[in-house]
Amino acid sequence: MRESISIDVRRSQLGRARGVGAGHSGVGHWRSERITSIALVPLTLWFIYAMLHLVGAPQPAVAAWVSNPINATLLLVLIFITFQHMHLGLQVICEDYVSNKWQMTLMILGAKAGSLVLGLLASVAVLKLALT
Amino acid sequence: MATFTLPKNSKIGQGQTFKAAPGANRTKEFKVYRWNPDDGANPHIDIYELDLDKVGPMVLDALIYIKNEVDPTLTFRRSCREGICGSCSMNIDGTNTLACLKAHDEVNGAVRIYPLPHMAVVKDLVPDLSQAYAQLRSIEPWLKSDTPPPPDAERLQSKEERAALDGMWECILCFCCTTSCPSYWWNGDRYLGPAVLLQAYRWIADSRDEYTGDRLDALEDPYKLYRCHTIMNCTKTCPKGLNPAKAIGEIKQLLVDRKG
Repeated sequence: MRESISIDVRRSQLGRARGVGAGHSGVGHWRSERITSIALVPLTLWFIYAMLHLVGAPQPAVAAWVSNPINATLLLVLIFITFQHMHLGLQVICEDYVSNKWQMTLMILGAKAGSLVLGLLASVAVLKLALT
Repeated sequence: MATFTLPKNSKIGQGQTFKAAPGANRTKEFKVYRWNPDDGANPHIDIYELDLDKVGPMVLDALIYIKNEVDPTLTFRRSCREGICGSCSMNIDGTNTLACLKAHDEVNGAVRIYPLPHMAVVKDLVPDLSQAYAQLRSIEPWLKSDTPPPPDAERLQSKEERAALDGMWECILCFCCTTSCPSYWWNGDRYLGPAVLLQAYRWIADSRDEYTGDRLDALEDPYKLYRCHTIMNCTKTCPKGLNPAKAIGEIKQLLVDRKG
């Protein structure tokens, strides 16, 4: 014998579809994601090119390369945009796949905090190399 | 987290096999998803071996043949049998399409037929589309205008304005695209899905409509619209050859443009 089915949602389908209405946000996030990804194409290519040139170089040579103001600035820009793109993307992944609201909020905050700390750490490393 | 395995009572078992009559020259197997809400059993796959000399060319012809001649308990939706009504949308050989437009000789080996993915099943190949229909209703898919129409004529459009609706008015709301979209699978309660967003853009792009801004306001939401990640399953699967992904891209573009 089949168990009786309890129905716990009686709200109409239209009521559920309308929900709490539109959040009137998302455009900025979407646009930032696109702009950072476009910016990362030349920056990453430049970074790979530069690193290939520095393969096997001794530490003072690398420090000298980083202390060039243009290289240091580009590295900082690369770091800022990479971690900006990273936290935007991780947020989307959490929103897509984590259905529990509190778990999702915690994971998004964790991703943003992690991106911030890692980004600052990378920036400090570049500045230390460039300025000492 | 997202669930990647089927719940216990959705696991699919093996059902009956219906052999073709002896003496059949050309036969083909049709493996059809069956689920009956009344018997309390898990879904299962029934295998129907059909004599192709007696069956029309399309998968829908085969389903109608099964229902009429082999197994009258098989349940599916169909109406126009020529790709206009959108009733017989289902998952055939791993792709959402209309059974009436899909020839069974396009499929190598057995033809696997399932209901549209990730929707509640009413019975056999009939999915419950009431959520998707309510989402369509929520975008108010009708002309909204404060300017009264001319008393003695219809509202006019230029040829260019009318051409802007091509590729959208042809949508028959079969929901093949919506149910092929992973974003809709995971967040279908909030994400509107490609079919509804195509309809939303159909009214945004209509030169006679005067509520474009309100329509965009209603879509500007991280879930209703921005769960679309341009996966393109919608465009790939559309049995009418339409491009919902492009319409969604146009909506996103308009939202960026109006921000400045």
